[in-house]
Amino acid sequence: MSDFWILLTGSLVAACCGIVGVFLVLRKMAMIGDAISHSVMPGIVIAFLISGTRDSLVMMFAALLFGLLTTFLIGLFQRSGIQSDASIGVVFTALFAIGVILVSLFARQVHLDQDAILYGEIAFVHWNLWEVGGVSMGPKAVWLLGVTLIAIAAVIGLFYKQFKLCAFDPALAAAIGIPVALFHYMLMGLVSMATVSSFESVGAILVVGMLIIPASTSYLLTDRLGMMIALSIAVGVASTFAGYGASIILDASIAGCIVCAAGLLFVAAFLLSPSHGLISRRLRQRKLAAETTASGARAV
Amino acid sequence: MSISNAIPGASAAATQGASPLAINGLSVAYQKKPVLRGVTFEVNEGELIGVIGPNGAGKSTMIKAALGLIPAIGGEVLVYGKSLKSQRKLIGYVPQRESVDWDFPTNALDVVLMGTYGRLGWYRRPGAKEKAFALDCLSKVGMADFADRQISQLSGGQQQRVFLARALVQDAKLYFMDEPFAGVDAATEKAIITLLQELKRQGKTVIVVHHDLATVKQYFDSVLLLNVELQAFGPTETTFTQEQLQHTYGGRLSFLDPGSLVVSGAGGGGGRP
Amino acid sequence: MSNFFTMLADPNMRWIFFGCMLLGLSSGVIGSFTYLRKQSLVGDTLAHAALPGICIAFMLTGVKSIGIFLIGATLAGIVATFGIGYITRHSRLKQDAALGIVLSSFFGLGIVLLTFIQHGDYGNQAGLDKFLFGQAAAMVGSDVMTMSVMSAFLVTICALLFKQFKLISFDPGFAKGLGYNVGLLEQLLMLLVVVAVVAGVQAVGVVLIAALLITPAVSARYWTNRLGTMIILSGAFGALSGALGTWISSSVSNLPTGPVTVLAATTVFVLSVLLGPERGLLAKRILQARVKRSFLKENEVLHTASGDRMKGETAG
Repeated sequence: MSDFWILLTGSLVAACCGIVGVFLVLRKMAMIGDAISHSVMPGIVIAFLISGTRDSLVMMFAALLFGLLTTFLIGLFQRSGIQSDASIGVVFTALFAIGVILVSLFARQVHLDQDAILYGEIAFVHWNLWEVGGVSMGPKAVWLLGVTLIAIAAVIGLFYKQFKLCAFDPALAAAIGIPVALFHYMLMGLVSMATVSSFESVGAILVVGMLIIPASTSYLLTDRLGMMIALSIAVGVASTFAGYGASIILDASIAGCIVCAAGLLFVAAFLLSPSHGLISRRLRQRKLAAETTASGARAV
Repeated sequence: MSISNAIPGASAAATQGASPLAINGLSVAYQKKPVLRGVTFEVNEGELIGVIGPNGAGKSTMIKAALGLIPAIGGEVLVYGKSLKSQRKLIGYVPQRESVDWDFPTNALDVVLMGTYGRLGWYRRPGAKEKAFALDCLSKVGMADFADRQISQLSGGQQQRVFLARALVQDAKLYFMDEPFAGVDAATEKAIITLLQELKRQGKTVIVVHHDLATVKQYFDSVLLLNVELQAFGPTETTFTQEQLQHTYGGRLSFLDPGSLVVSGAGGGGGRP
Repeated sequence: MSNFFTMLADPNMRWIFFGCMLLGLSSGVIGSFTYLRKQSLVGDTLAHAALPGICIAFMLTGVKSIGIFLIGATLAGIVATFGIGYITRHSRLKQDAALGIVLSSFFGLGIVLLTFIQHGDYGNQAGLDKFLFGQAAAMVGSDVMTMSVMSAFLVTICALLFKQFKLISFDPGFAKGLGYNVGLLEQLLMLLVVVAVVAGVQAVGVVLIAALLITPAVSARYWTNRLGTMIILSGAFGALSGALGTWISSSVSNLPTGPVTVLAATTVFVLSVLLGPERGLLAKRILQARVKRSFLKENEVLHTASGDRMKGETAG
């Protein structure tokens, strides 16, 4: 039965991360997703310290707060002229450092040690009484992920056209009066929620991988946004199944195997995608070259 | 401070004769450098207006600042007598082609449909009516056959036409176009100017940032000569003169024939020394 | 806060102190170049990518030495750099996605290998993870020796190849035109980043090493417009952060050196953002106010002047 829960949890993570991940990749903000996944950590620790509970809603709220704070700070520094990549780096490392310090200082209260936080995957083991290796993920995580997925689907679905336009042409969006900044924060808020729901279950490593890799894979497979989102979820779910299977055989970290599976699927798409894959591009080029030499005319 | 040689009372009734665009003292600075200084002018309705100036003169900046896309140090922008923010529905915008990622997973029709988003409000999706209108605009620019083509597969000229179709779909009264003629083939250029004249015929006002001095007289009713500051603004006949151009370009132009205005060696360098 | 000199009196602390300072110095120096090439997050990616390399090196040799790890990390770093470039050049994905893909997949692989090691029969693997996630307090003399050598090497190369690195950071196309082997130089730069990463990872951990590569460089940018000065300042800020981090963390129990060093660097950053001449917030406010005033004044003058000019034209 635990197999079922693990696969379900992983699939829900794939769904949540896959949807928002598509917009991160299209807006060239993949690394902001990475940043948020690191910087929600201090929020969670603070929430635990203040509330004394492991209540999911409290942590969700804290994650949201810190995710939006991260977004705000990154934007602040970008607007003041610092390069975007440096802005991201400064903000998330500072926040993560704060998180690590808090854990170290209050280790006893949070029942954590430094290693656990840094590993991420088993960071919340003690909080949720799990075994190392991720067995027996209780329904609580599933519920949390389910709610998050519904929230993400609802927001993206309702404002689909705004998210699309802001990703494609923010200048026009602003010109016709769409509040681009608002939708930026909304997206990052959803990323924060996806991150913390996934943290609870399977850890930091998986989150970043699941945010970026399946979405990038689907980007190479299709030219339609709707299909891209669907494929992103599909690739994520496939990675979950394949990765979990591998982790059983190899007796290795589940999260690690899932991310590796996602990576392999990406490589497969990179090489084999009929529309954008390397091999088909080469074949097309060769065909074009052959045609032009054959016809003796210059290709336009 | 408006130059007016328009026939009095020629503007649309609904807007009560107010100027489509009145800018007063618009200034933009980037750190210490003034990029736009005290630009003030008023346009007449139903004209095609060319914004001319050397590189770095602030032409794009003026459009973006007027639209509120970049912050200005000062100045006021009125569209038909009201603040621009309240009149966005009356405005159409065609940004520079490079401002967009053409690898985005979408097709030509979809891009054009995006022009309807402003009208649809927060929750509505584009429906059959919008799709039909979008298709219609695509055919106006000769791109109906490319409706479901992925935009990365389009040539520069085709991409520009899709952008124009999107502007048409916005169904605005005042259009801003940023270098629509840049890097397009002759056929597309012809298509664009035909479109502009059609817009003019419909009584719309179009402000175009333009770089090709040779075609200014042909295309535009009025010109706005810009080099950080407004150098001149008025009907092409009287404003697009050798003297004004030399003034705007800081004496860097050479005219092939002093009588005609076939110009060579235009542009280069920004601002006056 | 314990007395600075008391801390230095302890030989153990001395090692850690100097080690962290050197670390900060070399990270700051190499970080300046990655910052200018807009590759700040590559350091973060290489740090994560180093993990599988280090694991494999350990699995193959069974030795837990920084030299072995360096080789493993370097090889992994080379593969990672190649991967990032390949993805960006041969697909429609942009650099941010390429970094994210490489970062997470390599790290995922690393974690898998790590669990292999833990479940397997690899002998003295205790502390491998501590090495990876930062335990400055466990640094001993030999570690610091190695770090010093690596840092010195790094700084020397940067000094020798300053001209070339400067050119390829600013205008690689032009550099190629001049005949420089830009590809080789870029690989060398990446190699130096890997060196800084491996040296630093044992003190501050995988996630935070990125901070030492980015934050001091950004801070330095706020104080100068000249590359040479920026590099020196960046190194100085890095060293300062290392020093402060060690000192403060040694005074309070349970406080790990790594994060405190990062926060020290961040504090320097915040101060730079506020107080930097020309680019700092304070300076910009003053400048803006001045510019606005002069603009408005000139606008009035212009208004009258161009008014005259325009009237003249319509009449003509």
